[in-house]
Amino acid sequence: MTYNIAVCVKPVPDPKHYDKVTIDPVRKTITRTGIPTLLNPVDKNALEAALQLREQYTGTVTAISMAPPDAGEILREALAIGADEAYLLSDRAFGGADTLATSYTLFHGLKKLEAAKGYRFDFVLCGCESADGATAQVSSQLGEWLGYPHLWNVFSLQEVDSKTFSIKTKLENGYMEWRAQAPLVLGVSRELNKPRFTSVMGIMKAKNKPLQVWGREDLPEAKDEFLGLKGSPTQPGEIFTPDMKRSGKVLAGTPEEIAGRIVTILRANGVVVGG
Amino acid sequence: MHFFEFTEEQTMLRKAVREFVEAEIAPKAAEWDEKDECPVGLFKAMGGIGINGVFVPEQYGGGGMGFVGRSICLEEISRHSAGLGIAMMTHHLGIYPILQYGSEEQKKKYLPDFCSGAKIAGLAVTEPGGGSDFSGQKTLAEKKDGGWVLNGRKCFITNSHIADVTILTAKTGEDEKGRNKLSTFLIEKEAKGFEPGRKEHKLGLRGSVTGDLVLSDVKLAEDALVGKEGAGAKIGMEGIGEVGRAGMSAICVGILRGCVEEAVKFANERIVYGKPIAKLQAIQLEVAKIRTAYEAARLLTYYAASLKDDGKPCSNEVATAKYYSTEAAVEASKRTMDLMGGYGVINEYPVGRFLRDALASIPSGGTSHIMQVIMAANTLSSFQA
Repeated sequence: MTYNIAVCVKPVPDPKHYDKVTIDPVRKTITRTGIPTLLNPVDKNALEAALQLREQYTGTVTAISMAPPDAGEILREALAIGADEAYLLSDRAFGGADTLATSYTLFHGLKKLEAAKGYRFDFVLCGCESADGATAQVSSQLGEWLGYPHLWNVFSLQEVDSKTFSIKTKLENGYMEWRAQAPLVLGVSRELNKPRFTSVMGIMKAKNKPLQVWGREDLPEAKDEFLGLKGSPTQPGEIFTPDMKRSGKVLAGTPEEIAGRIVTILRANGVVVGG
Repeated sequence: MHFFEFTEEQTMLRKAVREFVEAEIAPKAAEWDEKDECPVGLFKAMGGIGINGVFVPEQYGGGGMGFVGRSICLEEISRHSAGLGIAMMTHHLGIYPILQYGSEEQKKKYLPDFCSGAKIAGLAVTEPGGGSDFSGQKTLAEKKDGGWVLNGRKCFITNSHIADVTILTAKTGEDEKGRNKLSTFLIEKEAKGFEPGRKEHKLGLRGSVTGDLVLSDVKLAEDALVGKEGAGAKIGMEGIGEVGRAGMSAICVGILRGCVEEAVKFANERIVYGKPIAKLQAIQLEVAKIRTAYEAARLLTYYAASLKDDGKPCSNEVATAKYYSTEAAVEASKRTMDLMGGYGVINEYPVGRFLRDALASIPSGGTSHIMQVIMAANTLSSFQA
């Protein structure tokens, strides 16, 4: 069995630098200037799943991302980890995209790739959510655009027979088991596998693997009204940094008086005291 | 143009090794130090990602990333465990003579296993008479029955008890002026009469094994010779001078980075007089000095490694880097301890270990005095501005 697999990856701010992340009060977006980016951690689980499928059977693994131009770095990392080729969808026209516009752009990138290669992707794998936005919507939206069955929060993927896979998805209080056949879009969780480390040999091989950048003109089938900010129906409400300031107050009086005043202050601040 | 800039691949290598180190080494480094245990099992995992043979050409199973790549690996490992750093450094030191002077058969037989982590290498030169008296070695190799018979004792040998294959120098005769002629041999740990002896209890670089190797009528085949007969001094000195000391320098760059990171973390978190001590100018001056030491050691170390990658002579530059980096690591770890006050001597923090590791790095591969002698000789004979 041969499986052609696409893995969607995203650059996210390095969690070690979260203290430097600020929110643009006007655009209501995260300001990431000067913060190093990483390959979204759970996307590595998606890539690992793809590599294991390729190793167990045969096939190809293609990494794809919709991101600013400097995301080439994380795609090069995906190549070093083991992907065969990588595509970056990058254009100002794609900027400001919410999950719907992102999944739409990825959909057109994948359709263009399928047309160019003359095959259909058997699996489109994504991390179940990104470490920054954590909306957890792209994999399902992508499944809808592609018209493929899609499952989210996948933590087990086992072949039942040559066509059918047993797939387990996490729920709050348990899991569901599914039987599904390719083509499939899966949003995978961290529990699915342990991603391999990037190797020195992989880094050297990645130098010679193809990494292509596609802009707006490379996706002629995509419609402007579904791309970027224009194609993003999500309107963030008020975004603010919570005021975490603390202050101390010295209360004088007898222990009984102080206790009474504490209860009064707590009640005034919405704390239910003594039923 | 930058004076020194890492390539895209070298930057990726650092990121990859850092991820591995933070997951597999950092959480256990203090325990290895405490118990003085070398994590031998980790060599396979490190081989799997290409650290063990990072500078070995790809045709022999290596990563082909040269000595700058090797320095990156050692810096990243030693940021958290200089003990494991020197174990890996010595593994590289055992590989180098085979790579540079070994026969094609020796390369094909040993290098792939060294790179994958299936086998660990070591290098044994120092004897009880002193490491710096290189030509005064007493371990004797005599030609007998078409092979060699070795007798003697080596001491202060890193990886002594864990190496599967040791590259070892021994006296094989004298020249016309009565000076020792040394040769280099490859000994597998199973060789009869070849045994590890005393294990040292070290102040620092714990988590690596250092000890004696005893040779009692060890019979080796003729092809156990690495390079030509009589070339042992050149092979040994080149390995130590350009690979061993360069490795110790990179290890201390790792310790220095650890000092910068720990100092910054502590200075920002420790609140005194109602604000972080990072706001105090006295603390800022210490941070600046630690940072300067790190940056200077880094430049010297990577510059020397890049010369080696370019095939240029570099023993003087390596000696300079080693001298500076090891001494700077001692000073910076002491400064970091001072900055931390009482917390600096609490073993919950790694800074005390940094100081012990830095101190133990000074004699490894040649003391600071020897480095200065090398640098002085080079300067007095051939310094040109």
